[in-house]
Amino acid sequence: MSDWNPPVDSPEIRRLTPVIGPGHTFGSVTDKISSIVLTRPTSLGWYIGFLIAFSLMGMMTIAIGWLIIKGVGIWGINIPIGWGFAIVNFVWWIGIGHAGTLISAILFLLNQKWRTSINRFAEAMTLFAVACAGIFPLIHTGRPWMAFYMFPYPSTMGLWPQFRSPLIWDVFAVSTYGTVSLVFWFVGLIPDLATLRDRAVKKPLKIIYGMLSMGWRGSARHWHRYQSAYLLLAGLATPLVLSVHTVVSFDFAIAIVPGWHTTIFPPYFVAGAIYSGFAMVLTIAIPLRKAYGLEDFITMRHLDNMAKVMLATGLIVAYGYFFEFFLSLYSGNKFDVFLVQQRLHGPYAPFYYALILCNILTPQLLWSYKLRHNVAVLFIMSIVVNVGMWLERFVIVVISLTRDFVPSAWGRYSPTVWDWATFIGTIGMFVTLLFLFVRVLPAISIAEMRELVADTSEEKK
Amino acid sequence: MDDMREHEKHGHVGGEHVHDEAAGDTELREGPLDLAAVRAKLQSKTGKQYWRTLEELVGDPQFEELLHREFPRQAPSEWDDAVDRRDFLKLMAASLAFAGLSGCGRTPEQYVVPYVKQPDGMTLGKPQFYATAMPFGADAIGLLVESHEGRPTKIEGNPDHPSSLGATNVFAQASILNLYDPDRTQTVTKFGEIQTWSLFVESAQALAAEMKADNGAGFRILTGIVTSPTLAAQIQSLLTLFPKAKWHQWEPAVGDGARDGAKLAFGSYVNTVYRVEKAEVILSLDSDFLGSGPGHIRYAREFSRRRNLDQFFEEDRSRPEMNRLYVVEPTPSVTGATADHRLPLRASDVELFARALAGKVIDVTVRPGQSALANPAPPAGSEKWLEAVAKDLLRHQGRCLVVAGEHQPAAVHALAHAINAALGNVGKTLYYTEPVEAHPENNLESLRELCSDIYDGKVETLLILGVNPVYTAPHDFDFASKIKFDEKKNRKPVKNTIYVGSHFDETAELCDWHVAESHYLETWGDARAFDGTLSVIQPLIAPLYHTHSAREVLAAFSDKPGLSDYDALRDRLKAVNPSVDFDKFWRKTLNDGLVAGSAFAPISATLKFSAASLPAAKTTSPTDIEFIFRPDPCVYDGRFANNGWLQELPKPVTKLTWDNAALISPKTAEKLELAHNIAWRGGEHGKVYSNVIDIALSNSKVTAAAWSLPGQADGVVVLPLGYGRKKAGYTGTNKGFNAYAVRTSGALWMASAPSSAIKKTGEDYPLACTQYHFNMEGRQILATGTLAEYHKNPNFANELAQLPPKELSLYKGEAEYPYDRDKWAMTIDLNKCNGCNACVVACQAENNIPVVGKDQVMRGREMHWIRIDRYYEKLKPTVGDASGYDDSLDNPPTYFQPVPCQQCENAPCELVCPVGATVHSAEGLNDMTYNRCIGTRYCSNNCPYKVRRFNFLRFQDWETPQLKLLRNPEVTVRSRGVMEKCTYCVQRINNARIESEKANAPIPDGAIVTACEQACPTQAIVFGNANDKNSRVAKLKAQQRNYSLLGELNARPRTTYLAAVRNPNPELESA
Repeated sequence: MSDWNPPVDSPEIRRLTPVIGPGHTFGSVTDKISSIVLTRPTSLGWYIGFLIAFSLMGMMTIAIGWLIIKGVGIWGINIPIGWGFAIVNFVWWIGIGHAGTLISAILFLLNQKWRTSINRFAEAMTLFAVACAGIFPLIHTGRPWMAFYMFPYPSTMGLWPQFRSPLIWDVFAVSTYGTVSLVFWFVGLIPDLATLRDRAVKKPLKIIYGMLSMGWRGSARHWHRYQSAYLLLAGLATPLVLSVHTVVSFDFAIAIVPGWHTTIFPPYFVAGAIYSGFAMVLTIAIPLRKAYGLEDFITMRHLDNMAKVMLATGLIVAYGYFFEFFLSLYSGNKFDVFLVQQRLHGPYAPFYYALILCNILTPQLLWSYKLRHNVAVLFIMSIVVNVGMWLERFVIVVISLTRDFVPSAWGRYSPTVWDWATFIGTIGMFVTLLFLFVRVLPAISIAEMRELVADTSEEKK
Repeated sequence: MDDMREHEKHGHVGGEHVHDEAAGDTELREGPLDLAAVRAKLQSKTGKQYWRTLEELVGDPQFEELLHREFPRQAPSEWDDAVDRRDFLKLMAASLAFAGLSGCGRTPEQYVVPYVKQPDGMTLGKPQFYATAMPFGADAIGLLVESHEGRPTKIEGNPDHPSSLGATNVFAQASILNLYDPDRTQTVTKFGEIQTWSLFVESAQALAAEMKADNGAGFRILTGIVTSPTLAAQIQSLLTLFPKAKWHQWEPAVGDGARDGAKLAFGSYVNTVYRVEKAEVILSLDSDFLGSGPGHIRYAREFSRRRNLDQFFEEDRSRPEMNRLYVVEPTPSVTGATADHRLPLRASDVELFARALAGKVIDVTVRPGQSALANPAPPAGSEKWLEAVAKDLLRHQGRCLVVAGEHQPAAVHALAHAINAALGNVGKTLYYTEPVEAHPENNLESLRELCSDIYDGKVETLLILGVNPVYTAPHDFDFASKIKFDEKKNRKPVKNTIYVGSHFDETAELCDWHVAESHYLETWGDARAFDGTLSVIQPLIAPLYHTHSAREVLAAFSDKPGLSDYDALRDRLKAVNPSVDFDKFWRKTLNDGLVAGSAFAPISATLKFSAASLPAAKTTSPTDIEFIFRPDPCVYDGRFANNGWLQELPKPVTKLTWDNAALISPKTAEKLELAHNIAWRGGEHGKVYSNVIDIALSNSKVTAAAWSLPGQADGVVVLPLGYGRKKAGYTGTNKGFNAYAVRTSGALWMASAPSSAIKKTGEDYPLACTQYHFNMEGRQILATGTLAEYHKNPNFANELAQLPPKELSLYKGEAEYPYDRDKWAMTIDLNKCNGCNACVVACQAENNIPVVGKDQVMRGREMHWIRIDRYYEKLKPTVGDASGYDDSLDNPPTYFQPVPCQQCENAPCELVCPVGATVHSAEGLNDMTYNRCIGTRYCSNNCPYKVRRFNFLRFQDWETPQLKLLRNPEVTVRSRGVMEKCTYCVQRINNARIESEKANAPIPDGAIVTACEQACPTQAIVFGNANDKNSRVAKLKAQQRNYSLLGELNARPRTTYLAAVRNPNPELESA
């Protein structure tokens, strides 16, 4: 670790690690960001990447089609393991979907300037992750065409959902989160869409961006209303960041299955979600800044800050693991004690050790200033944390179910090729959407960057 | 193109379609099948003979032939040849052209008219029950069969029948599926070609006429065990007609030991009937009398009556004490699992044990001081055990019982007779009757004689009735070669072979004629039960296909070929009971399902047996491996191989489904380096890989999966019969390995070979095992104790559980739901359950539970609503066990626990369902609403008992028409993607509710009998209204040994368990 410990926020550190590269003007910022969408030729790399991702998404479509034709029996689930990859992936994606709104809303309210250059694509990533997550609860049901029973619609039979079930809370939590995130993201996009409209040369683009920019003219009144709306939406989104994963954790905490029935789950799930979310932002930001030469906008300062957030949330998660363990042993409940033994010595123990390695041990490297500033290390680290968080959900969802109360009913789980196809397919869908996003929308908020240019230039004076 | 036009023209003649192109135009025009000729024949008929229905025409055999020809059975022959493009197009064109016709082509025009006048006693939508009986070996199980609008749907026991007492076993329960088996042969065939019955009768008559010349010298009849007096009379009448003909019997899974043992002991065949209820101490010498063999359902009931512990609860000391069961056996059976003391011994050592016991017992009682049996040494290690058992038996003279096993040799049976006589048990705990079999004889010798006669060329006509000797005969008899065309000699060893059987199986394939045999639910007949009770077999439905009974086939050879089964049965009963008002007698007999008072009277059999005269016992070298053959607990001798319910039924002790495996003791397996590997998919609840071994035995070889079975005697390998069938049907073909392949006449039940006979092949084979984990992990799952512990502390089962007090509830102020109407509840007495599985199949039949197949079972997705868990308890160190039995897996106490839905009052499943598809009823039932279920499986995850079953795929068969007939119309057939589980047979509750509301009276106790309760031979399952203080269930729940499974979870299950209490001999208990 470095001996030199700069203060957390000081003119010194801002100089050393600025949030925006030196020498940028309003015009250069706008040129640079809008050129990705409007003028730069689409690279071969983009096409190849898109093709791969799109093929994977096609594989997901096939997997889901077959699922609907045959039934969830094509997956590896069974009795006693009623939930497998689908729920693991759902929780994982939802967790990833936490970072965007956290960055945009909470950091906005906390007036963290460094959020500016990463919030746009982080939010987009959130939406795409929620979209991926949203697929799973729907398709994991035995009769997906009946899944609308989960919505409170006025049926002629007078039937309502069963409101005591956490799955219903999930429906509300996730759909609200998805909706608010979408609105928040779109509202943030409006000034930029207007910029694109104004800069577009081709007629169709002018029309499309024109319609999307909803008549934005950049008048002071517009800006005034816009900023109030944005603030309000940020306020609205903030509690949702915390509530979604809390509610998702209820799916488990409400149940009586040893390994699920734990009061520590809500905070620990939220921390885990932010952890994985930031990891995913890093996973995306690092190649993005490289590919489009955005090192000036997404600076080492950003990467460093995100690594710090990861370290902090990773420690919360570690604390959660520890207390889950401790409370199980302390409770003396024979089923909980047994669960601990299972995690350590059971047939799935390697997964648990891998989880500890990925989520607790490896991220400790981030204490080092040098490693935090090594882009390659950060990238690998972000992948490791994503794998670790996926393993965490696997350990919680699957391993708890394999050996619960009655030993005669114990079983095992292993995913089938369709489980993998669906999972990898959603990653394909996620990447496909990201590719499309960077190609058609400004990946970094132009308007906010211009504000930032103004702010930083003031500082210089 | 010309060809095609001609073809089309031809096809459309008279609007009739003729698939039979292959037969050629010439044959069509000239043969007897020409439709035009038939039509001409019809037209030539004058006068008032109108052609009203096709049925009338069906009487004409030629027309019937023609109808059969319409089956596209001949069509595939088109495809056998190389098809050129032109032919292909022709066929395609024909298929298209006929596609429209096929809907109306074959089915005769019939008018469906609702009942104008309803038959007496029939209300549409209400089931009717008819008494009948299922013949099975030397027994007949009395049944009541539920019939919905003329189709039998469910089999239940006949409470008036001595062999059933209202209960059934797995075979009786599952036999209804055999009736609707789509693979059954549907008509008479000759050389695989469809024939008519009338043609068969004609040929039979011709054959009979031919045989008459030499008094039937070349005529042989091969049957299984016959207990039907009518069938026996028919055979006898044939034997009178053809004095030189011979009748042979071959029952592959029933030993000759009992027959020969009786002959050895008494000089004549006698039948032994046990009165298990009267016995206080029972010793089983390798007898599974609670789980198989004649009368086992009744014996299980009688045994369980002595396992009631009510007397302590009700402080009624006058009731009999709990009995004590000792079992000596080589491989764990349900009887062994129920035993208070079980001693694993090699099969050959059982005889040594019996000799030693006889020496001890007979010496004391009959000839004090004189050693009648010279130095009978018990098998090593069993001395102390033997001593204690002998003492216990002697203490209970006249109140004890020694039962010899079906598969033990004659000597053991003779010794058991002698011991029972010496102990004064005859007439008290058992009695003798004349034999139940119509013609008892040594089956093996009988079959041997037949084979040697065939070999000597003495047999010209062989009639095989309902047995499958090609599959089941000892391997050294090589029965297939006895009837197969001999290529070398260019002739058939037997000129005419006629096979009567339900399936086109291994034997049917090699026989000339194959007459499709009717199911017992389709025929009239009779059979004797284990105690001689004459049971009447009454058909529930007209034969589904063109099938005929064995008796009809026999009659076809007689001088009265047309005699129906109905008339034959009535005639015989009339002849036997000349003095009664026959109509009244007939009605009563049909109603009861048996001829009242027809059980055989006890006879006095005098022991003409000197133990000294016994030939020396066959012993095997202790280093050799002993291979023993046993019928499979699910498919028996192979006859049920095509029954999906039985294939998917976990075998009582091993919990294997869909396969048999060579069962080996853990120690021997270790010695042979055989292991199991739990698969990642399915795991303990589904799929286990086991090592494959080659077994070289008696000049033959078989490849089997090895399964190590705790409790098996060391050095013993069990080869279960009934699997590895080559032609059983869709379900049963090529499942498991064929143990008959290494079974020879010299070693029918036991063979021994050095351990080098077993060779690991290095391959693994996946076995579908529904419960691989057998350890309770120290949890209070199955409460067990001894009688002494129970006396000391009757509440022992509840003391370990930490039940949360009700005051801890968050909703303290709120009153508990009162359940003030009815409060349905169930108790399962673990002291009585012997794990026989009858409830599992009964539930499957009642509730339309699908069969999912081996692959899905291996994924942990079997659908049984009630499962039977088998746990091994840690062995308390005992004295006198055979040496070396220190490890807990060598002879672990075994317990069974049936687990249906526990119908929790505080149900964890209900809380988590997002759509309210599983909800609580006012009577405390945990109801499933299939229509509402979207299949999140959250309920199953949250069910601590894991009793919910999910339709992961479309498991139900919606296409096969036969299976549609089978379904219980009162129970929804579930679709894919919904959860299901035990409903406490809610349809039966609702039926009782309707009746009670009509009568405006509460539902009486016992009016609702769930399917599992109904089938249970031991009455371990009791259902009723817990609000009714006088109901059986309420009384049982008040017992102190009543406990809730996982009570500490506070789910408050309505199904509770009564702890198992064993009654060990203090002398064998360790200090």
